Parts: sequence; C-alpha cells; structure tokens
Amino acid sequence: MAEADPHTHTCPDCPNRTGETSERRSFVSWLLSGGVAASLGSFFFPVIRFLNPPHVTEAAVNEIAAGKASQIKPNSGRIVKFGNKPALLVRATETEWRAFSAVCTHLNCTVQYQESSSQIWCACHNGVYDLNGRVVSGPPPKPLEEYAVKLRGDEVVISKRA
Amino acid sequence: MIAERTINVTSAWLQDRLGWRTLKEVASHKTVPVHSSTHWYYFGGISLFLFTIQIITGVLLLLYYRPTVAEAFDSVRFIMTKVEFGWLIRSIHSWSANLLIFMVFVHMFSVIFTHAYRPPRELTWGSGIALLGVMMAFGFSGYLLPWNTISYFATKVGADVAASTPFIGEGLGRFLRGGDDVAGATLTRFFAFHVAVLPAAAIGLLMGHLLLVQKNGMSTPPWISMEKVRQMRFFPNFFLRELMVWYLALGVLGSLAAIFPWELGEKADPFAPAPAGIRPEWYFLAPFYTLKLIPSHVLFMEGELLGIFGFGLLAALLVTLPAWGVRKDGSAKTRMVNGAAILLASYLVVFSILGYVK
Amino acid sequence: MRTIRWLPLLASIALLPAKDSCVECHSNLDGNLQRPAALFKGDVHAVSHLSCAGCHGGDANSDDPTVAMSPAKGFRGKVARTGIPKLCASCHSDPNYMRKYRPQQRVDQYQLYLTSVHGKRLEKGDARVATCIDCHSVHDIRAVKDAAAPVHPLKLPATCGHCHADAARMASYKIPTTQLEEYRGSVHWEALTKRGDLSAPNCASCHGNHGAKPPNVESVAAVCGSCHVLHEKFFAQSVHNAAFPSGQGGGCMVCHSNHGIHKPSTAMLAGKDAVCSQCHEADSNGGKMAVQAARRLDGLANALQVSEQQLALADKFGMDIAEAQLRLIEGKESLIKARLALHSFEEQEVGKPVDAGLLIAKETKAAADAALHEKDVRRIGLAASVLFIAVSILALWFLIRRIETNGSATLTRRTIL
Repeated sequence: MAEADPHTHTCPDCPNRTGETSERRSFVSWLLSGGVAASLGSFFFPVIRFLNPPHVTEAAVNEIAAGKASQIKPNSGRIVKFGNKPALLVRATETEWRAFSAVCTHLNCTVQYQESSSQIWCACHNGVYDLNGRVVSGPPPKPLEEYAVKLRGDEVVISKRA
Repeated sequence: MIAERTINVTSAWLQDRLGWRTLKEVASHKTVPVHSSTHWYYFGGISLFLFTIQIITGVLLLLYYRPTVAEAFDSVRFIMTKVEFGWLIRSIHSWSANLLIFMVFVHMFSVIFTHAYRPPRELTWGSGIALLGVMMAFGFSGYLLPWNTISYFATKVGADVAASTPFIGEGLGRFLRGGDDVAGATLTRFFAFHVAVLPAAAIGLLMGHLLLVQKNGMSTPPWISMEKVRQMRFFPNFFLRELMVWYLALGVLGSLAAIFPWELGEKADPFAPAPAGIRPEWYFLAPFYTLKLIPSHVLFMEGELLGIFGFGLLAALLVTLPAWGVRKDGSAKTRMVNGAAILLASYLVVFSILGYVK
Repeated sequence: MRTIRWLPLLASIALLPAKDSCVECHSNLDGNLQRPAALFKGDVHAVSHLSCAGCHGGDANSDDPTVAMSPAKGFRGKVARTGIPKLCASCHSDPNYMRKYRPQQRVDQYQLYLTSVHGKRLEKGDARVATCIDCHSVHDIRAVKDAAAPVHPLKLPATCGHCHADAARMASYKIPTTQLEEYRGSVHWEALTKRGDLSAPNCASCHGNHGAKPPNVESVAAVCGSCHVLHEKFFAQSVHNAAFPSGQGGGCMVCHSNHGIHKPSTAMLAGKDAVCSQCHEADSNGGKMAVQAARRLDGLANALQVSEQQLALADKFGMDIAEAQLRLIEGKESLIKARLALHSFEEQEVGKPVDAGLLIAKETKAAADAALHEKDVRRIGLAASVLFIAVSILALWFLIRRIETNGSATLTRRTIL
C-alpha cells in the first residue's frame, strides 16, 4: 500500500532522516502484519473450533445410548441420563426390555427397579408401578411415561415415543 | 524474484480475462470529500461490515440450528453449551444484529442531516430505506428462531399488530404466521425468510445501493462549496481509516458478546399464560408503545388502525423525502427537513425509552 | 292418543328393546310425573335395558294405566325410604343376578350399608339418614366413573356435604357441619381439583362409602397409611405411636388434623404456631428437638433453593449444567425423605437425609458457581483478542500517518481528476 503514495519515498528536505524513516517504516509494517495476523488468528480460531462437530451430536435429546446389553443382567434396572431428566431402563427378562421416565408422577422423585418384586418403586412415598408404568399402589396419580427400547447390536438405545 | 515474476504473470493473465486494471483505475480515482462532517461517511461502511459479520456468523449457526418447534430451542442450547465457541458465535450474531440496526439508523439520520438525498441520489436514498426495512424484518424474524418464551410472545404481539392492518391485515397475519396462530408453521416460515428471502433481498438492494454510491460519488453537504472542498483518495487513505473503524467495531462487538453474553431464556410454552413485561426488540419499542398509548377509539376510527395509518404515512414520507424535501433547483429545503428529522429522532428516542420503562 | 298406540308397534317392528309403557306415558305427562321418565334415559339401568317396573313393579307391557299400575301386577308405586336399601339389594346383593350385567361388581354394598351409621339408624326407623338414592340419586343413576354422577370423585364431597354441611339437618344428631369447608381447604381437595388427581382422597377414601362411618381412633394411622405408607411405617416405630391412640384422636390427626389437612411446613415444628409446643415445653428434649429439626429442614430447603437459583442463572447464560441439574433432583429427593423421616421423631433418622441433601446442595452450588466462573473466564480470551485489535488499529494509524507525512492526505479536486 505504501507504493500508492509516491511522496513517502523520499524526504528531500531532510536527507539525514532517511534512515530513521525506513526504520520506522519497517517497525510499522512489522506491527501491522503482526497485529492483523494475530487478530485474524483470534477471529478464525473460534470459527474453526465451531466447525468441529462436538462429541454429542444430537441437539434435542430424543434418543440416548443407555449402555451395553451384555452388561445389564436380566431382572435388573439402571438409571440413565435422558436429556436433563433421569430415565429408568429395565431388563425384565433375557429378551424383554422396558424404559420409562424415572420421574415419579407424585412428587418428582426418581423411581427405581425393585428386583425382589419385579416392580418399579419410588422410595419417597412408596409409590409402586408395574412394568407397563401403571400405578399399582401408593400416591402416584399418573402412570410413568414409557420410552421405546431398541437394540443396536449390543447397544441399548432408548428413545421417546412419537 | 520468482515470486515477483509469478505475480506479474498471474496479473497479466487475469488482466486479459477480467480487465481488472480498469477497476483498479476507477478505484484509484475514487475520492472522499474532507470537511467537518466527513466522519458521518463511516457509518455506511460500519453497517456493511456488521452485515458481513451477520452473514458469516449466520452461516455458522445454520450448521447446528434446527427450525422445528421440538428442536429449535434445544438446538440453540446445544450451540451454546456443546459446540465450542458456540456461545460466542451466537452472542456475536445477536449483538451484531442490534448494533447493525442502530448503525443503519445513525447512517440514515446522517444522510438526512447532511441532505445527501438530493438529486441525483434519490435511488440511493430509496434503496437505503428499503435496506432499513429489510434489516428490521431480519430482526423480527430472527428474534423468534430460538423459540424462547419472550420471543414467542413478542412475535405473537407483533403478528397481531400486523394482522390489524386495514384491508390486507387478515391475509397478512395469516401469511406471516403460516396459520391462525404463532406455531410451528410460523417458525419454519420465519426461518425461510431469515435465511433465504431476506438475505437475497438484502444483497440485491445492497449491490444496487453500493453501485449507486460509486456512480454518483460521495455527496457534499450543501453548506460546503463543491469546488473548494479538498478530497481524500479512497485508496488507501480513506480505506485505511475505514479499516481502523471496522477493527474498532469488531473489538466493541467481541467485548459486548463476551462480557454480556446473549441470554437463552426459557423454552416457549404456547399454553403458558403470557409472562409479564413482554416487549419487542428495542427498535420496535417506539411503535409498540405508540400503539399502546393510542386510545381504543379516536373519532370514528379504531385506535390501532390509526396507529398503523400513522406508521404507513411515516414510511411514505421517509421514502418520498427526495420529492418533498427538495426545491425545483435541486437544493434541499434544509430547515424543513432538519425540523422534521429532529421531530422524528426525538419521537423515536422518547417513545423507545418510555416503551422500555413502562 | 293415536300416536301413543302406534309407537309401541313401531318400536317392536324396529326390534328395539322391549317396550316400556311407563316411559311412554310418563313422557307425555307434566312436572313431577314426567321428570322420572325424562331422567331415566341417562340412567345406567336404562342403558342395561332394565325398566321402571324393576323397582316400581307393575306391567310395562300394558298400555292401559289401570292394568299397568295395578297392585295385582305387583305395582308398588313410590318406594318408602326405609325400604330403598333392601329393594336395591334385591338385585345388587345377588351375585347370580349381577353376574349377568356387571360380573366384576361387588355385591356386598348392602352388607356394608347395614354396618354404617346410616344403615343402623335406618334400621331403627330414622328415615332422614342417607339411603342409596341420596348419594347415587334416583332415576338418573350413573356409574362412579361417569363425570355426571354425584358419586364421581370430583362431586362426592359436595354430595356428602349436601346433608353433612347442613347445620339444620345435622342439629338433632349433634355432629359438626364444618367438614366440607375444611376439606375444601385441604391438600387433598387441591390434589383432586387443581392437579386433577382423581385418586386423591375424597370423603369415601377414609370413611368408606357404603359402610360410611368415622374411622376408629385406633385405625386413623392405618387409614392415612393406606396411601402414606412410609410415613406410617416411621410413625409406627416412634414414641408417639404408643402415646397417641389413647383417646386423643389418633396419631396423624394430632398434628395434621383430619378434614382440613394443610400443606405441612416447619412452622408446625418451631415458632409460635408449632403443634409440637402444644405438648412439649420449649426447654424439654422434645421441644429442643423440634426446633432443631425445623432448623435442619429449613437449612436444607434453603440450600437447595440457592443451588437451584444459581443453576437457573447459569442455565440462562447457556452454560452446560445438565449434570448438576440432575443431581439437584436427588437433593430435592433428600428433602422429601427428610420430611418423611421426621415421622420417626428420631434426630438421627432426620439427620441422614438432611446431610446427604446438604452435600448435594453444596456440590450443585459449586457446579453452578464453576459454570458462572467459566462464563467470566471467557473474558480472558477476549482480552487477548482485544489486544490484537488494539495493536492493529495502532499500526493502521501509524501507517496512515506515514503515508501522509508531507500533507498529502487531502488534495484538491483538480489534482486527482
């Protein structure tokens, strides 16, 4: 850009300052290229990182991987995180899988699977649900929301029902 | 040596095919008048720069955003929490949108007060006003996209106002909402407007606007003699200054985005009662408050109708400024236009503040 | 009259259910004589093709009123109030008969009724007590799950209250009439009407329906415990279990009252309206423990609330705090469990969930603070960027200065063109 202005090439009235001027000139170009490069770097770094897809690829949680089927015993249940709410995955028998919202419909406690009775139980007020999510006894007013369970190879996938 | 030769060869090759030296030639003759009001020339450039930022950040957000009722809010949350620097990109997009509209307003008022709308710049002025409208439409449509409580209800109010326009209101309301109420169809529609229709319109208008500026050159205020005024080369003198201003704008924008991150709010629940204190974006506050203030019936008219007529008249007056603000000899009716502009500016400022406070 | 003659014929041609001359004639009468026929259309018995004659006797096949309503045909007319339960029971207590229509319906209502206060008084000849029709209505009797039935959960309190809230009517029985009003201020009424939880207790849930009677003093805890299972379990093992059944109105009622059960709060434990202080002196062990328990429960509730607010704030700024939010649910659960454990009246039992909850509150608060801190840390990255921007602006300024050293910044128009 300096070439665009011919007047800066020389300073006829002060030839003794030519050295100083070129020194300043190199400082300015150093400062400018450094500053612009660094600032562009600071703009593009976030952009490049933004383009990099995050490990969790789903925005809205409609489906989650709840673990390996081989690691869940029949007649057992486990609490998994489904979005920001807990879900209960139950392996009733070798082949029968169930999943529910683990939020008790009474006062929002987290329910658990009771192996001794093969029922879902809420420890807060002794609410009991069956393996269809229906209320068996206790204060819960409504059944648990049921989710769909699918197996992808060994992986258990829970998804919201449409 | 080799590098220099490569540049020369490439340059010659391009010259043969593009004739770009002509462009360079034209650019080297472009000048900017230097006088006491030169600094107002920067605001168009800032608006252009912010618009570019909007396009870049907008495209980035598009990579993750999903325009459905079920996913819109969660995808914005996803951008802000899971995507690296997503919070920054989204925050910059939101802040830049607001600054852009503010800068466009400043640009418009600077053009009014320096009377740059005079012939032969009527079309430049008209395309500018159209761009202001497009930018506000960008703001209105973009506001709904995160699908949070405040944006949902503000859009409901906004669409209701549009729907009370005489004659075309009902159709307009249905067209905007994609149905009888703000719902999933509205979101898809607003998304289409925001990322396809409006950008196309904006870029077309912008090209025209910029070409007209090049064609007619920079306007000099009427109180400055065209002959005596000194000029500055656009390249590199004025352009370097513009770069400085853009850098400054970027610094301010980044600081705002990082220090005051744009909030996400709560997911909209169409069945929840409207929360208290629903108000639109600040640039719609003045008309919003005006409509609130007008009594429900004025003489034989419905209050809201009167308000809409008023805004229609205002828009018409703005567009036709080069007609009524200019004498037959092409000089501006400076007093009258200045008076009207001061009136408009104070109305906007006072009503926006009142709308914000109340 | 012609139409009346023709109608039965048409009906039989159309193979409609057996003709019912009672309804046909009474539909064309006025006032009181017409009303039963009009009401009967929605009656559960009419839906099952049972006729007026089933209760009132007579011959529904005869079009001649004198024949249809002749005592020879078994016509009873209006059934005496004292005879109503027995009449209903003639079908409803017969398993063989009921099986034809409602094989799953119980047949012990009459047996139960005989044990109720209503039934016993009726046997003694008091016709003012409730019989079947006072609760189920008459001629438009509907199933319990029918929202229009007076015994539907939402309507039952008003149905009982129709008599029991009537001071004049209750005067001779010398029983209070405030139950309905109290109940309508209770958590159970709120659960029933505001949350729409039809399983929430109404009058019959505690008093029984056909065998309606106040629960025995000894059995109050068992009645409450049929839903509040764990509360009862804790209470049964507590010192109060032994102290209360002896004539003070039953365990639960002492603190929570009966019909007007309000949402419990720690104000019941400490403060001037505390129920504990009615028996326990402030400086006694019991008094001190109550205050201590209130302090701990309030402490946990406040700590959880602070965590929740901080998390909400972090959430608003788009910080990722899903894990902490999930953990906070457990914290809230601890509070519920601590309130539950209070019914053991053991400091240690309450302490366990409170401590667990406080730990969670602390953790989640820390997570929220960390998230909010992270938000601030972002500014450091910004500072670097702003520095580069400032350097660039400065360099541009120097560059402009340099290329304009000899005043070449501005030119006259002519020099350029």
